[in-house]
Amino acid sequence: MKKLMIGNEAVARGLYEGGIGLVSSYPGTPSTEITEFLAKYDDLHSEWAPNEKVAMEVAFGASLGGVRAACAMKHVGLNVAADPLFTLSYTGVNAGLVVCVADDPAMHSSQNEQDSRHYAIAAKVPMLEPSDSAEALAFSKAAFELSERFDTPVLLRMCTRVAHSRSVAEVGERGEVVKKPYVKDGAKYIMMPGNAKRRHPVVEARTAALAEYAENCPFNRVEWGETDVGIITSGTSYQYVKEVFGESVSVLKIGMPNPLPKRLILDFAAKVKKLYVIEELDPILETHCRNLGFDPIGKSLFSPIGEYSQKTIAAAFGLPKKPTVTVDSAAPARPPMMCAGCPHRGMYYTLAKNKVTVLGDIGCYTLGAQPPLSAVDSTLCMGASVSGIHGFNLARGKEAEGKTVAVIGDSTFMHSGMTGLVNIAYNGSNSTVIILDNSITGMTGHQQNPTTGYNIKGDPAGKVDLEAFCRAIGIRRVRVVDPYDLAACDKAVKEELAAEEPSVIISRRPCVLLKYVKTAPPLRVETDKCRSCKRCMTLGCPAISMKDGKAHIDATLCVGCEVCEQLCAFGAIVKGGDEK
Amino acid sequence: MKTTNIMIVGVGGQGSLLASKLLGKLLTDEGYDVKVSEVHGMSQRGGSVVTYVRFGEKVYSPIITEGEADYIVSFEKLEAARWAPCLVEGGQIIVNTQEIDPMPVIIGAATYPSDILSELTAKGVKVDAVDALSLALQAGSAKAVNIVLMARLAKHFEIPYEKWIAAIESTVAPKFFELNRKAFEIGYYA
Repeated sequence: MKKLMIGNEAVARGLYEGGIGLVSSYPGTPSTEITEFLAKYDDLHSEWAPNEKVAMEVAFGASLGGVRAACAMKHVGLNVAADPLFTLSYTGVNAGLVVCVADDPAMHSSQNEQDSRHYAIAAKVPMLEPSDSAEALAFSKAAFELSERFDTPVLLRMCTRVAHSRSVAEVGERGEVVKKPYVKDGAKYIMMPGNAKRRHPVVEARTAALAEYAENCPFNRVEWGETDVGIITSGTSYQYVKEVFGESVSVLKIGMPNPLPKRLILDFAAKVKKLYVIEELDPILETHCRNLGFDPIGKSLFSPIGEYSQKTIAAAFGLPKKPTVTVDSAAPARPPMMCAGCPHRGMYYTLAKNKVTVLGDIGCYTLGAQPPLSAVDSTLCMGASVSGIHGFNLARGKEAEGKTVAVIGDSTFMHSGMTGLVNIAYNGSNSTVIILDNSITGMTGHQQNPTTGYNIKGDPAGKVDLEAFCRAIGIRRVRVVDPYDLAACDKAVKEELAAEEPSVIISRRPCVLLKYVKTAPPLRVETDKCRSCKRCMTLGCPAISMKDGKAHIDATLCVGCEVCEQLCAFGAIVKGGDEK
Repeated sequence: MKTTNIMIVGVGGQGSLLASKLLGKLLTDEGYDVKVSEVHGMSQRGGSVVTYVRFGEKVYSPIITEGEADYIVSFEKLEAARWAPCLVEGGQIIVNTQEIDPMPVIIGAATYPSDILSELTAKGVKVDAVDALSLALQAGSAKAVNIVLMARLAKHFEIPYEKWIAAIESTVAPKFFELNRKAFEIGYYA
């Protein structure tokens, strides 16, 4: 049966048909839907893990136990899971193990645009890279067999434009789910030096065998056209090449970027007059070509920055620009922002008002960095706020301790913030950490996490008690505030910054977009009372604007959180706006 | 046959994802090769969002670039201006006349352009400006703006009315079907 599906759904379907028995992942755009679609099947185990390292290790355990397993993550998630990956390469697998990693060229929703293919090379594991949903399904399905045949974890590389594009894929039947026996084999699975020394040659031999396999594997193919121009390409770049040139050039499509074939490429290069390599991000294919002794046109013509399109390729080949409409009046930018009624806003307002230095973290609340709040000073990676504030305070001393906080969401705190907090407690850091607990993983689209009390299926599950956790590791000052209550936020921030010991403020209110959250009727402005002081405008709420010199509340956006009402010194913001 | 290119643009959270799903389902059922490229993640939080829908005999690229879009369906007025350079010469824009101020406008760092639609018309763009919010409210919910706009788009295609309704039925939850059917009818005949 043919079905239109996004690439991530196709990966889920492929893994399902391939006999997956367990998936464990941490959400991250653009990888999240792989696990969400797998969770719709009841004949396999699916779960969210607190972070990618845990997820990969759970998948390793399942593989060791004889069940085909997978984990999925975004590119930066693989940094977190790199530790198990590099040694999984040595141990190999029992049942098949697939690691899905989704890159985000152009950083639609990421903090960097690293190229995951480097990991395949560095960890010496094979990588598959589909170009559309049909391939995503077929490659994912085949990945388990590849994993077992070569006794290795297999990386499946997606990118935003494949992960989040719908195209037609052929849906098949679920294969037999085999449970392999578990046999104790210390020489293979206990990676202490003596054993690991004997496994490393196995890894090198495997890479050689895989390189030989790559010469004739179903993932790489040549599409012959005219031979004046030959293009080696992969992933989404393949689609752009075909969009521009159709059948008029010859294409070597690489679906397995590691290890790369030698004879296939040499043969292709020998048969075309001019050779190009077109790949997004880093010159992986191009470098391989150079190592084979020839000199294709690649990054000298195509940027290592951002994502490509048919326009990129047409322009590089000097094809004429398509005529278009030019608009004279510049459209003001529309950056993403915190939603009306976002519970983070009250806390960020408080921090901005008190001129606090804020070490931020990864999530919706990174948007507190946007004007007018401009409340965030740094955002590095998951967990870096909590670890970083300790170093910052040590560097800048007492003055900073009373003026600096770390902010981190509930899901990010579970991911890698809690180890930083242990460090704060252990090393007696006089730091203040604010956990922005909106009771969900927000930015990636509302996934459950260990603090929410529900699992991936929405069923009741174990729930981490944040207050008890903080106290258990040695933080004595732990308090909870409602971020809709500005006076309470102000008091908590001032007192905890003044305290001469580590402290945690849990700023707790569920994400306003959650279905179970009941919003209040919208507020309105009594224009005769409004003095146009624009104090309400400092909140950066999308529902509030100035109309004819007076504050105005958009009743279709306002959820009645009353934060602006608390701010207005003239009582101009009142309940009773137009009902939606 | 030539590939047809449709862009659905708007503000994150306006429901463009459902519109693209509907188009994808409809066009696949019509036997076309279809690609739809969506936006997930950070931009969904009130940012400018764009979804590409392409259909024809064989579609390669999932995205649409400058001078390629035959139709732009804009859920918000300013977004029509932002994405207009993607239109083919003389292309069609279907635009909801609703204005949603972006943050730079709200905080006074920029102004909302005043005569977007007349400028587009002057440049030879075919503009179908529709107050989709009012029509959606007439149908019963502000959330039906997406279906009202799909109805305006439907007028440009030869696909029968009933097939659009069938595609809506298989895309939305049963309890919302009647609302959306009505929104489509109101949008189509407005």
